[in-house]
Amino acid sequence: MSTKTAMSNQPNSKSINGKNLVLLNKSATLKKIKKHWQLHLLIFIPLVFLITFKYVPMAGVVIAFKDYSVVKGIAGSDWVGLKYFEYFFNSPNFALLIKNTLGLSIYGLIVGFICPIILALALNEVQNARFKKFAQTLTYAPYFISTVIMVSIIILFLSPSAGLLNNILGLFGIEANNFLGNPSYFKSIYVWSDVWQNAGYATIIYLAALAGVDTQLYEAAKVDGANRLQKIINVDIPGILPIIIVLLILNIGTIMSLGFEKIYLLQNPLNINSSEVISTYVYKIGLLGANFSFASAVGLFNSIVNFILIISANTISKKFSSSSLW
Amino acid sequence: MKTMANTRIKDSMIDRIFVGAIYVFLVLVLLAVLYPLIYIVSASFSSPSAVTSGRVWLLPVNPTILGYTSIFKNPQIIQGFSNSLFYTVVGTFISVSITIMLAYPLSRKTFYGSKLIMFLLVFTMIFDGGLIPLYLVVKNLNLIDTIWALLLPSALAVFQVIIARAFFQSTIPDELVEASEMDGCSDIGFIFKVVLPLAKPIIAVLVLMYAVMKWNMYFDALIYLKSEELFPLQIILRSILILNTDTSANIQEMLKMQGLKELMKYSLIVVSSIPVLVLYPFVQKHFVKGMLIGSVKG
Repeated sequence: MSTKTAMSNQPNSKSINGKNLVLLNKSATLKKIKKHWQLHLLIFIPLVFLITFKYVPMAGVVIAFKDYSVVKGIAGSDWVGLKYFEYFFNSPNFALLIKNTLGLSIYGLIVGFICPIILALALNEVQNARFKKFAQTLTYAPYFISTVIMVSIIILFLSPSAGLLNNILGLFGIEANNFLGNPSYFKSIYVWSDVWQNAGYATIIYLAALAGVDTQLYEAAKVDGANRLQKIINVDIPGILPIIIVLLILNIGTIMSLGFEKIYLLQNPLNINSSEVISTYVYKIGLLGANFSFASAVGLFNSIVNFILIISANTISKKFSSSSLW
Repeated sequence: MKTMANTRIKDSMIDRIFVGAIYVFLVLVLLAVLYPLIYIVSASFSSPSAVTSGRVWLLPVNPTILGYTSIFKNPQIIQGFSNSLFYTVVGTFISVSITIMLAYPLSRKTFYGSKLIMFLLVFTMIFDGGLIPLYLVVKNLNLIDTIWALLLPSALAVFQVIIARAFFQSTIPDELVEASEMDGCSDIGFIFKVVLPLAKPIIAVLVLMYAVMKWNMYFDALIYLKSEELFPLQIILRSILILNTDTSANIQEMLKMQGLKELMKYSLIVVSSIPVLVLYPFVQKHFVKGMLIGSVKG
């Protein structure tokens, strides 16, 4: 935005004389812009993308406070205040949606956050370079599988008829079970399949941090007679703690915005009681049910909670440690 | 350096047991990752009856390529495949171009307004307008049910911009820019003559990251597209693999071919993952690099 207005002012820059300080500053700014006008021109196109697809939708959230009708458009629709928010808070789905969303994401956050750290610490102890490389290459691979394929694999493996898991359980004389049809298994299926797919890839960042730990600390640990486990606890973990905290803050900020795709694809009528979360609900109400205002209100509620969470996580982290996002 | 420090530590009995336990743990992890992948490939080459009766354990049983031949007879899959190739190639080109156009100016200290624009970028990572307002924007631009709906709204990924900016900051020193300015080189000239040739590693990272993203993209197609002839592969995969609706076969044929359908699912998983897997050896190296540029310096 600033680029646009600044550029249109450009021809005037010569006529401005440094008669007072404000004008002087202004002309200095314009000079800077003029000097690099090509870069400002270059940045214009991506800025159009940013504004159109990120900031215009942010302004579009006003429909959460309106009775949006396609005929009247966003500006012409009537204001209804917090009607849709009240409607959502009082709806019978509210408690269930919050419970499922928080349950899934906190479970996922804890497991999905700890597993890569353990894996990275273990990989870091491997001294056989070939084995280490092989382990890394193999564990990164599932990351590149698409969500649709991932869910298909889950469904095929958990199928009550000739699914791999039931075949294996059959060897131990355990009867076939429709895992995806049982609401109580849903969270674990979601979280652990995520670990299978993403834990390896997530180790990259920790392994890099571990490689950067000061070697003198290992020497000192050796002199103190520390064993390997003590070395991990007293040198490795403190060494990667700052990066752990930064990633934790980022993850906390997305607690309410669970990946829509995977949950939506894993849903079926039998597990819906534990698999309906805010994002899938917004999609169904808003796009399938064409209730734009209500869905926007639910979505906005979601965004605001996320925003508060990330800000608080960052503030707390700033207070108790030196690591923070900003 | 670190491994050297490690080897100098004389392993005590406890340490040796500990290291042994770590190797056992890692071997178990590797088996857990590898076994499902091997099983899928083996199942895709087995006979339909072996798959439906659960006789496949590790290697293909009664090997056939029936699953694969039936995929290539399905016009929907072929079309989805070619559509996805198109979206991936064109979408990646657009995304990489605008990412660099945004990241390079932001990497220059002398660029006026870079702080504000950086703030605007990072802010979108912690707050967004939500699904419905974005859908309405796309709708008002008349992009619904056009190829542009898959190419434009998701074109700019903020994380990628931050990675690219960090790369430019560390590889293109200010002295180089100043020197070229002294020589009377324009900013655009400098970008083509100096920046882009030096940016090959980051371009590779961006191409790979965006290409994987676009090839795997599913949600945008689900909400923006209605016409079947525009569907990318992921949507076709969903209807065949997850919803179990294959419109191309009639019911009698389907009953007769129930086993073949199960087999085809495994083959389809393999085939649709091939484009990404072919890239994987390159991808891995560059992804690691990209992740590190983004996290350590950004």
